[in-house]
Amino acid sequence: MSNSQSLSATLLSVFRRDLVIAFRQRSDMLNPIVFFLMVVTMMPLGISPQASTLAQLAPGLLWVIALLACLLSLDGLFRTDYDDGTLEQLILSPQPLYFIVIIKALVHWLTTGLPLTLVAPLLGVLLALPSDGFIPLWLSLLLGTLTLSFVGAIGAALTVSLRKGGLLLSLIIMPLYVPVLIFGASTVRSAVEGIPYTGALAVLGMFCALALMLAPLAIVGALKMSVQE
Amino acid sequence: MAALTTHSTDHKTNTALLTFKQFGCTRDSRVLFEGIDFDIYAGDVVQVEGPNGTGKTTLLRALTRLLPDYEGEILWRGKTLSHAHYDFLSQLLFIGHLPGIKKTLTPRENLAFLSSLNGTSTLSDIDDALAQVGLYGYEDMPCYQLSAGQNRRIALARLYLTKALVWVLDEPYTAVDVAGIKKLEALFEYHAKQGGCVILTSHQPPNIRDLKHLSLTDYSGGDSSSASVIEGAYDE
Repeated sequence: MSNSQSLSATLLSVFRRDLVIAFRQRSDMLNPIVFFLMVVTMMPLGISPQASTLAQLAPGLLWVIALLACLLSLDGLFRTDYDDGTLEQLILSPQPLYFIVIIKALVHWLTTGLPLTLVAPLLGVLLALPSDGFIPLWLSLLLGTLTLSFVGAIGAALTVSLRKGGLLLSLIIMPLYVPVLIFGASTVRSAVEGIPYTGALAVLGMFCALALMLAPLAIVGALKMSVQE
Repeated sequence: MAALTTHSTDHKTNTALLTFKQFGCTRDSRVLFEGIDFDIYAGDVVQVEGPNGTGKTTLLRALTRLLPDYEGEILWRGKTLSHAHYDFLSQLLFIGHLPGIKKTLTPRENLAFLSSLNGTSTLSDIDDALAQVGLYGYEDMPCYQLSAGQNRRIALARLYLTKALVWVLDEPYTAVDVAGIKKLEALFEYHAKQGGCVILTSHQPPNIRDLKHLSLTDYSGGDSSSASVIEGAYDE
């Protein structure tokens, strides 16, 4: 069997396995979405049910909560694979780990970021987001959550060998999430205010492309370091 | 029997599969072992020996390059391991303390995934391998319903599937019953006869013909006490 064929076979089986595991542990998968839903529904109760007040806050709120929901799910990304020795087997596979971690981060996005993106417009209604903001919200979250998954995976890989890496993970990752948050929220805000939002969206697209290419390098390095413990 | 002996001597005239040259490991400024010169040929079954804490697992992990900071050199078919990394990994099967079995998956799914990391296996091959380790009828049960020994057997079923030459096994006998151990030993001998090699650690003496021993107490940091602390032993 040729090399590229067996690489795609390996990647396909990593992809399938991670999806199957995610669906068998549905509670882990639903956790971020339920968090997202709960916090957003509580906002009108806590701040003000007035549509005009909420509409002003909605772009920023939706983005901040989505970001925190993503952060919540990161710790488990490599944790179980580290605990049961799968990580060693992945590293010892002759196939490049670079592509394997891309698949793993992608599955993480499919099971957390993508569902968040899909329910976000619904929650936009709850926060009285003006109708001009829905498509930009959807687009910015689509690009943004993908970036968050890949960047967050770096932190997850760095802290996987620590028994209690949760706090450290947040501290490492938060600063890297800030630019995504700024441009994500400003995409939606510009659209609501009637200003062209494609500029901010393009910057988000650039973040996303950079994260897709460069984050796997950092993840590979961090994982190889983590198994040495 | 005679044919078997000639077979293994034939291989020994070739280059060794693996060569340790002045090989040593230091962890946290403690010299675990140093100055190991050892050749492993096709057809060898090598038992790495030593009391707890002498670095058996460390040696195996350094050999697989999960642990890249060691002194000396390891050669794979005469080439430095870092230069022949891909070639070596595609001929390697490593089963560590943690066998990489996911509890939420079934034995069949686990095995299909693990074997896909290095080549592929058909479903019938996988079921045959599971039958070999006595898990016939358990293929579709989630692994959290199986016992520790049965989970271990799933990992060991990889030995029936793999085409790898070099088997590196850390305590393969853990949680395996007597009959299972007998079967494993027969498999190791068969694999060696086919021109592969097996490197294993175990606290019970394996009952294997022509077993080679690599005793780490012979190389422990110049001091007979395995817990000796030697400061400044780094060259960095």
